[in-house]
Formats: sequence, C-alpha cells, structure tokens
Amino acid sequence: MATTADHLQAHDDGHAHHDHDHKPGFFARWFMSTNHKDIGTLYLIFAVFAGVIGGAISGLMRLELAHPGIQYLGKIATFFGAVNPTFDQTLHTWNALISAHGLIMVFFMVMPAMIGGFGNWFVPLMIGAPDMAFPRMNNISFWLTFAGFCSLMASAFLPGGTGIGAGTGWTVYAPLSTSGSPGPSVDFAIFALHLAGAGSIMGAINFITTIFNMRAPGMTLHKMPLFVWSELVTAFLLLLSLPVLAAAITMLITDRNFGTTFFDQAGGGDPVLYQHLFWFFGHPEVYIMILPGFGMVSQIVSTFSKKPVFGYLGMAYAMVAIGVVGFVVWAHHMYTTGLSVNTKMYFTAATMVIAVPTGIKIFSWIATMWGGSLEFKSPLVWAMGMIFLFTVGGVTGVVLSNGGVDDVLHDTYYVVAHFHYVLSMGAVFSIFAGFYYWFPKMSGRMHSEFLAHVHFWLTFIGVNIIFFPQHFLGLQGMPRRIPDYTPAYEKWNALSTEWGYSIVGVGVIVFFLNIGWSLVAGKKAEGNYWGPHANTLEWTLSSPPPFHQYETLPVIDDKAHH
Amino acid sequence: MAGTKNHDYHILPPDIWPLVGAMSALTTTSGGAMTMHGLAGGKYILLLGFAGLILTFFSWFSNIISEAHAGDHTPVVQLHLRYGMILFIASEVMFFVGWFWAFFDFSLFPSEISKAIGGQWPPKELESVLNAFDLPLLNTLILLCSGTTVTWAHHCLIHGDRDGLKKGLIATILLGLLFTSIQAYEYVHAPFPFGKDTYGSAFYMATGFHGFHVIIGTIFLIVCLMRAVAGHFTPRQHFGFEAAAWYWHFVDVVWLFLFVAIYVWGNWGFPTE
Repeated sequence: MATTADHLQAHDDGHAHHDHDHKPGFFARWFMSTNHKDIGTLYLIFAVFAGVIGGAISGLMRLELAHPGIQYLGKIATFFGAVNPTFDQTLHTWNALISAHGLIMVFFMVMPAMIGGFGNWFVPLMIGAPDMAFPRMNNISFWLTFAGFCSLMASAFLPGGTGIGAGTGWTVYAPLSTSGSPGPSVDFAIFALHLAGAGSIMGAINFITTIFNMRAPGMTLHKMPLFVWSELVTAFLLLLSLPVLAAAITMLITDRNFGTTFFDQAGGGDPVLYQHLFWFFGHPEVYIMILPGFGMVSQIVSTFSKKPVFGYLGMAYAMVAIGVVGFVVWAHHMYTTGLSVNTKMYFTAATMVIAVPTGIKIFSWIATMWGGSLEFKSPLVWAMGMIFLFTVGGVTGVVLSNGGVDDVLHDTYYVVAHFHYVLSMGAVFSIFAGFYYWFPKMSGRMHSEFLAHVHFWLTFIGVNIIFFPQHFLGLQGMPRRIPDYTPAYEKWNALSTEWGYSIVGVGVIVFFLNIGWSLVAGKKAEGNYWGPHANTLEWTLSSPPPFHQYETLPVIDDKAHH
Repeated sequence: MAGTKNHDYHILPPDIWPLVGAMSALTTTSGGAMTMHGLAGGKYILLLGFAGLILTFFSWFSNIISEAHAGDHTPVVQLHLRYGMILFIASEVMFFVGWFWAFFDFSLFPSEISKAIGGQWPPKELESVLNAFDLPLLNTLILLCSGTTVTWAHHCLIHGDRDGLKKGLIATILLGLLFTSIQAYEYVHAPFPFGKDTYGSAFYMATGFHGFHVIIGTIFLIVCLMRAVAGHFTPRQHFGFEAAAWYWHFVDVVWLFLFVAIYVWGNWGFPTE
C-alpha cells in the first residue's frame, strides 16, 4: 500500500482545512454524534474511566489480600451503604468487589477500548471508508454501553443477597444469582449485561457491514490490514455469541422474578445448563477481548520492524480459525461440574487445538521481527511485552486445558494468574501498544516517548510481581474468590500487593501525566509520524484526520501489498 | 457536510435519538427491576421508559423513511441495509438457539432428582399436554400460508400492482393476528401453568418469545401496509418491505422448529386433552 499512501497524502491534506470549520457544537458533537472518530473518542474516554474504577476495585481487593484475616471489608461494606454489617454481609462485599471488577474490566474497559475505541477510529480509516455503515446505530451502541455501566453502578449500592451489591461473580452463576441473591441488585447487574450486550450486537452488525461493503476500491479482503481482519472476526464472535448470553440471563430474570425453573432443581431445572449457555458466550468472549489486540500488535510489529508482517494470510486465517474453534471449546471452563470423561476428553483436545493458530500468530510476529530493522518506539515495546506475557498466559492455558490437571487447579489462583496474563497483560498491553501507536494520530499531539517507556517498564515489572507469584499460590492450593487465607500464603500475597500493585499504580500515574502533558504541550503530530513503514491508509491523513475523511475514496493499486 | 462528497455513502448529521433511545432502555430496565421488586414508582418509570423507546423507534424509522425518499439510499446504502437486516436476523437466530438449548437439555435429559419431572418428558406430574395436531398444526398452516401471502404482496409490488400489494399485506397481517389470537387462546386453555417446572418454563418462554417476535413482525407489516397506502415503495426500491418480509419468514421458520421440536417430538405419545 506504500505507493498508494504516498500519492494520497497531498490530496487528503488539501481537504482538511475547510472541514475543521464545520464541526457541530459541543452538545451535538458529543451527545448526538454520528462521526466514527468522535464516537471512538467517547468509547476511549469511557474505557479509561471504567478502567480506573475497575482498577481501584482491584486495589481494594489487593489491600484486603495483603495479609491474612479480614481487615478492610467492613469499611468497604459501609461505604456501599451497609449499616453495621454482620460478618456475612462483610464477606458478601468481597463477592460484590470481584463481580464488579470482572464485569467492569470485561464489558466496560477492554471491549469499549478495543472494539468501540480503536475499532471505531481505525477500521474506517484503514479500509478507506468515510465513516461506519450505520453512523446513528454506532452512537446508540456507545450510549447503550454507557447505560449498562450506569445500571451496574446502581447495582453496587442496592441490596443483593447476603449484603449490598451483586455478589455473583462476573459469570452470574445460578443458583447463587437466582435463589441465592434475592435483592434487586442482581437484576440491575443482569440488565447491565442486557444493555451492554444489545449495544455490542449492534456494534458487531455495524463493523461487519462496514468491513464487507465499504472497503476502498481495490482493497480486496486479502489486502485488508490485519487489524481490520481482527475486528471482523471479533464482530462475528460478538454477533453469534452475545444473543445466547442474552437468552441465558433472561432465564435468570424469569427464574428470579416469574417462577420459571430453568436453573432450579426442584422444578427439574439444571444449574449446569446455565454454565453451558454462559460459557458458549463466555469463551468466544475471551477471544473477543484478545483478537483486536492481535490485530494491533500485527500492525505495530510490522511498522517498527520495517517489514511487512510475516505470513499475512496465515495471520488472517489463524484469527478466523481461533474464532471458529473458539465456539466449540466452552466446557473447558466446566471440568469440575461432573462432565463425563468422554466430554472432558473432547473439550481437552479441542482446546489444545487452539494453541496451533495461536502459535502461528506468536511465531509469525517473531518472524516479522527476525532480521527486521527494529526501532524500539513505545508501541513496539508494549507489543513485545504483550507477545511475551500473552505467551506465558497461553502456555498456562494449555496446562489448564487438560481436564485432568484442571480438576486440581480449578478455582485456584493458578487460574487467576492464567487469565490475568492473557487479559490484563495480553489485552491491556495491546491496548497500550495501540494507544501509543495511534494517540498522536487521534489527538494531533505527540506523547512523550520517555514517559511511555517509563510507563511500560513500571507496568511490566508491576504486573509480573502481582501475578507471577499467583501461579505458586495456585499450585499450593490457594482458592480464588475468598478474601481470607491461611498465613502460609502470606508472603506472596504481601509481595503482590505491596510491590506489584503499587508499582503498577505509579505506572498509571505516569500514563495520565503523559496524556495530560501531551494534550497541553505535546509537539504537533505530522500525518505519518512513524515513517514510511507505517503504510496503512490512516497514515495518509493528517493528525488528527479531517472531521470527514476520504471525501474522494482512495484507490488501492493492484500491485500494492498489505 | 462540508467539502464535496464524491462517494455514495450516507454521511449523517448529528442525531438525538440514539441518546434518547439508550436512556429510555436504561429507564425501562431500571423501572422493570424496581417493579419486579415492588419498589414504589417502578411501574411509572417502566412506562416512561417504554414511552421513550416507542418514541425513539417511531422517530428513528420515520427519519430513515424520509431519507430514503430524499434519495440518500444509494445502491451501496441499500446494500448496507440488507447486510444489517441479515446480520440482525442471524443474531436473533442465536437468541432462539439459547431457548432451544434449554428445551433439549430438559427433554433429552429429564431430571431424575425432581419428583415433578420423574426422569421423563413430558414430566410425570403433567396429566396432559397440547395436541400438536390440533390448534398448533392449524397455526403452522396459518404461518406457512402467511409466508405465501407476503410473497404474493412482494410479487405484486415488483410488477407495479399496488392493489395486489395491499391485499397481500392485509391478508398477511390478518393471518399474523389470527396466529397470535390462537396462541393466546392456547395459553389460556393449556393444561399446564407458566413456570412451576421445566416444561412450563421452556414451553412458555420459547413459544412466548416467538409470539413476541410475531407481534413485532405484524407491526412491521402494518407499517408497510400504511406506507403502501401512502404511496411509498417503488418496484425497484422497497427495502422496508423486504426487511419486513425477511423478518416474517424468519419467525415462520422459528415456528416450524418450535412445532416440530416442542409440540410434536417433545409431546410424542403423551396424553393430550
């Protein structure tokens, strides 16, 4: 695409000026938006906000876990409105915290950042489209996500089961979420998922339609940047998995309020059915959270290795394979529910198969870097951090995929370590990689590379101190979702909190300083500030791009490569 | 907006309805949760939310229709609408997959623990179930018939026969209303209650969501009829009609699966009223 990019530069810059004068007023621009870039910005700001809340909750959790015994939960329970909480109500607060942390990070931080934020901003820019296919539906997707967040926040202050807040875990398993949690809190939390889910389904429809129909003339599917491929696969996963979750949580609502017995054994119902329905959604969901990260890492590694990505088609179809196989492995989350041995064997084998396309991705990134002229700019550093840490999480994933091994490790901190390596390191590192890659493109101001590197190292060291010891804790048998533990586990837990979380916390402050400083005093960003090897279409535009870009569509020439 | 647009895509001005719609949805769910817990004012909040949603749907679709008339729906934009509708229907199919999953779990593996079920399907405690080859079969024929009448309407539309279009639509709508009425009659007279056990849960929720979709589809067709009367749709451009027809065929197909699985297979050999 390099050749196309060069001759388009002049043309689109020419357009930029007069467009700047025609942005709508403040309210219309931010509350009634039909512009993919503004909606992307809203999503990103929202994700940062939700991430801070979700991160603060994990701070409360680490604080409580630093030492054995119950130290802070009573005060936290009082903050959420409990009056003289009993011991059980105090412990319930723990359940409420872990549930809120999970739900916020999955539905209101990672997904809005990766799909709503970067997807909205860069899918149209990278395929040469002036906007998304359905600009108004794009906006309601955002506001429904916001509405879902409001509903979840309300649930935190309402009576749940034993105490205040929804203490069901992010999985909302029955019967804890049905007969175990009679208060309105859980209904608000479930409706939060309905609202956010409806927004995501509409977002998925929008992305698929946009990517299939609005690619610039000449951009065949096989010339499409890998980030766009990743969002396409993600959108299909959302479209096909979320409605099943919607059905499952609707069953929860009717079991709770209208006397159905889907998950109530007295009426012949089956709590394991809920788990099947949930994980039929939940497993594709974990790929929904990482695939856009794969896409971003591919763009970034290629740009800063100054080489086209190794094995482009393999990379694209590896994501398709991960998406397809991701639909038939769900019960590996349920090995301890009493599945038959044959079922466990199938799900073990099928789950291990996913390591193949995932391996294709990891090795292709390495092969892209191999022999490349590496330039260690902040996006590449974060992307390499992602590749390394995601691989660690991937390898523990292969361990856990084994039904026999999982019998032992299920619901221990080993699982917590595993999914935080793939998510709060895999997904979050790729979000920061994408953020530093595109922040100047979005804001028009260069960030400080120095602070971005400081942020990286603090985060890299911090998260490893938080989560690596959790492998040991898990292998020693420390159960997850419990606020207290035997003193034998204290050393690693104290380290995790006192060093790990604190260091990451400093890193977050550096991140905010960097954004604040850049927005106020950052150097103005050029159209293509990473140089000629950043050769997808967004680099042909000014930074920030004009309010409406590509008023004349770019044409991809036949010989261009991806 | 500014500049010269040299492409056929539809760039839209800012619009308030997405915000209103999302906030109405939040109001609806909050009012719903409050009502379910008997909290004061819940009902009114629920109604307010519903009113907001209805207003949003009305205004939003009205805007789409006037944009179509203003010529904003170029061939590529029409293609977007087609993709959007097909993908929406795909997501709806997956929604029903969830309900069928529950039904097959209960019917293929009836609970041994629950005395009410007694390890058999239909459950032991039931004395009788609905006869699939009575009103349900009639309903099947009604829906299949309505599938042909909507195709008749479409055919007339394509060939410029406005009168036939309206007649076909009226027939389809009446068949839809007839279906819904018969379902309502069956619900009232069914020998088993809502909820209580897995039979009453899976049956009413699966057929209930289908019935709800039939009602939505009927409203969609009524809007099409009103638009046909108002002179909308041309033989070449009538996506609103096609979307309604696709949706109608979708609810038809879901019914066939419900009929075969829940009414015929699930009730096989069991006493009926």
